[in-house]
Amino acid sequence: MNSVVLLLVGLAGMAGGFFFYSRFIANKIFKLDPTFETPAHAMQDGVDYVPTNKYVLWGHHFTSVAGAAPIIGPAIAVIWGWLPAFLWVILGTIFMAGVHDMAAIWASVRNRGQSMGAVVGNVVGGRARALLMIVIFLLLLMVNTAFGTVIARMMVSTPSAVVPVWGALIVAFMIGQAIYRYKLSLPLVSIVGVVALYFLIWLGPKVPITLPSEMLGMSDIGWWIIILFTYAAIASLLPVWMLLQPRDYINGLQLFVGLGVLYVSILLFAPDVVAPAVNQNLPDGTPSIVPLLFVTIACGAISGFHGLVSAGTTAKQINKETDIRFVGYFGAVGEGMLALSAIIAATAGFAALADWEAVYSAFGKGSVGAFIQGGAEIMNQGVGLDKELSVTMLTVMAALFAGTTMDTGVRLQRYIVQEFGEIYRLPVLNNGVIATLAAVIICVLLVFGTGGSDGAGGLTIWPLFGTTNQLMAGLTLLIVSVMLLRRGIKSWYTLLPMVFLLLMTMLALVTQLGSFYAKEQWLLLVLDVIILVAAILVSLECASVLRKEWPKKANNAA
Amino acid sequence: MSKPSFEAWREKWQAFSDGLHEFYYAPYRQTLARAARDEEDLFMMMLFAESLGVPNPVAFYALELQPIFLEQFHDWHTRMGIEKSPFDHFGCC
Repeated sequence: MNSVVLLLVGLAGMAGGFFFYSRFIANKIFKLDPTFETPAHAMQDGVDYVPTNKYVLWGHHFTSVAGAAPIIGPAIAVIWGWLPAFLWVILGTIFMAGVHDMAAIWASVRNRGQSMGAVVGNVVGGRARALLMIVIFLLLLMVNTAFGTVIARMMVSTPSAVVPVWGALIVAFMIGQAIYRYKLSLPLVSIVGVVALYFLIWLGPKVPITLPSEMLGMSDIGWWIIILFTYAAIASLLPVWMLLQPRDYINGLQLFVGLGVLYVSILLFAPDVVAPAVNQNLPDGTPSIVPLLFVTIACGAISGFHGLVSAGTTAKQINKETDIRFVGYFGAVGEGMLALSAIIAATAGFAALADWEAVYSAFGKGSVGAFIQGGAEIMNQGVGLDKELSVTMLTVMAALFAGTTMDTGVRLQRYIVQEFGEIYRLPVLNNGVIATLAAVIICVLLVFGTGGSDGAGGLTIWPLFGTTNQLMAGLTLLIVSVMLLRRGIKSWYTLLPMVFLLLMTMLALVTQLGSFYAKEQWLLLVLDVIILVAAILVSLECASVLRKEWPKKANNAA
Repeated sequence: MSKPSFEAWREKWQAFSDGLHEFYYAPYRQTLARAARDEEDLFMMMLFAESLGVPNPVAFYALELQPIFLEQFHDWHTRMGIEKSPFDHFGCC
């Protein structure tokens, strides 16, 4: 199979989904109404509620939801072969992710732009809201933990990326100063910022930086994890204009450049996919494809995390209700495109099947490293970029993605700890520094507690991130299904993905439970049990609410 | 009649620049507005510290500035959880 065929079929599928299926869902199911007064107009305050151009809003939405997850998940999942991952990403994007993201924005727009927690409380009830808070906390914990480990591994495997990844912080800091202190023109600052970032990427291979493989009894990966979390704690305490805002911005620009170069390279080089369509020669210890595929790839196929962004900020800025189709559905398509490029890079960027099998020697071994290695080969052959430079560029792209998500994750976790401080009247937790320390220490304990001093726990926990994410998506689809039922509208288009997700999540949790028990990974086992209990409670809540709503629907129809 | 091409390009560049600004500022608009409000609250606290019985080394200037901040004063004291103006000499509601 040639990768260009894969690329074109995938893009055609997602384009078909956008032009036909999303139009059907928008017109017939959500009945999006251009005359409906959106919260951005009804509650316009110049801060949260601001009517925004749909292309700009799509840019926000896409860069907020796109993290390292649509790269890591598919790059791990191709161990079962390229076909299952490809089908799940494309069909998942068309029939689940696009509908889910549109649905989350629509639910929030129809509830005065409230956050998903508040919408759950209004539509389903207090119990579901409490469950959601637990799921969100676990989700953030796992994102920070997994991404911390992934970046640390990249720093060790690609020393040439150290200078550009950390240098990007200096570039971001300068952008922040240029814009706020010196009021320089943003387009000019952007051009200089992007050029500076790519200069650092060029410089990186000339000045590789490595840490000693062992210091004070801890491995280099362990030290990088500590450095990363120290940075994340400091960054989350600084005023946002100084670092986080320009860092997110430059990262967004870099995302468009990186994705563009990779897609052009695939088209120019057109490599053959060397990995098997369905891998019959799975390494020992690889879990069963069903249900693990559906939680290993969450972002890129369907992701509950998108619901938080959709309802949290996007919904408050929707100018016309009909814009939801472009912003929500096309936002999910953007992430699907990222996942598709990850599948192609991790399966077509190798010279032969033996090389690919050497990388995919065990479950979780491929991951982001395979994406970088494969993607660099494609970029080298496609647009003629030097191999080391390509490796550095893709490592920087993945590390900056993961880094900005981690920054936001630590900041949000700090808020949750502060909220706990208020609820349980522990004033010490209201202090920003102490709350940040608490959030970071929990993450670091989880990384080392589940994987030893090399921080392997961050990736062991990855499938748990998937299950938590899918649970969150299930809850969002439940809310929308209830809203649709109450309006007497067919809700199969959201109910079926919900049932499928909850079923796969619970199966995956039970499968993993056995594996954690066999390996005596007690902390992971406890987390698994917590998520399983949450999944069961979510399912019961779904069944109970839907049972109440179903007769009403029958009456409405009569 | 079509516009001169320079004018059309200038408008397109302006639209692009506005979109870029929005892309830069909007995700953090709420956080920045909140920080600005916190800063303003601290400033108001300093302005009215003397009236609340807290010794203020810059009381002379604070007193001079008070009338200028009359409009913001109501928003501030209600945000601070004080339903009615706490001062006899400085009433607003």
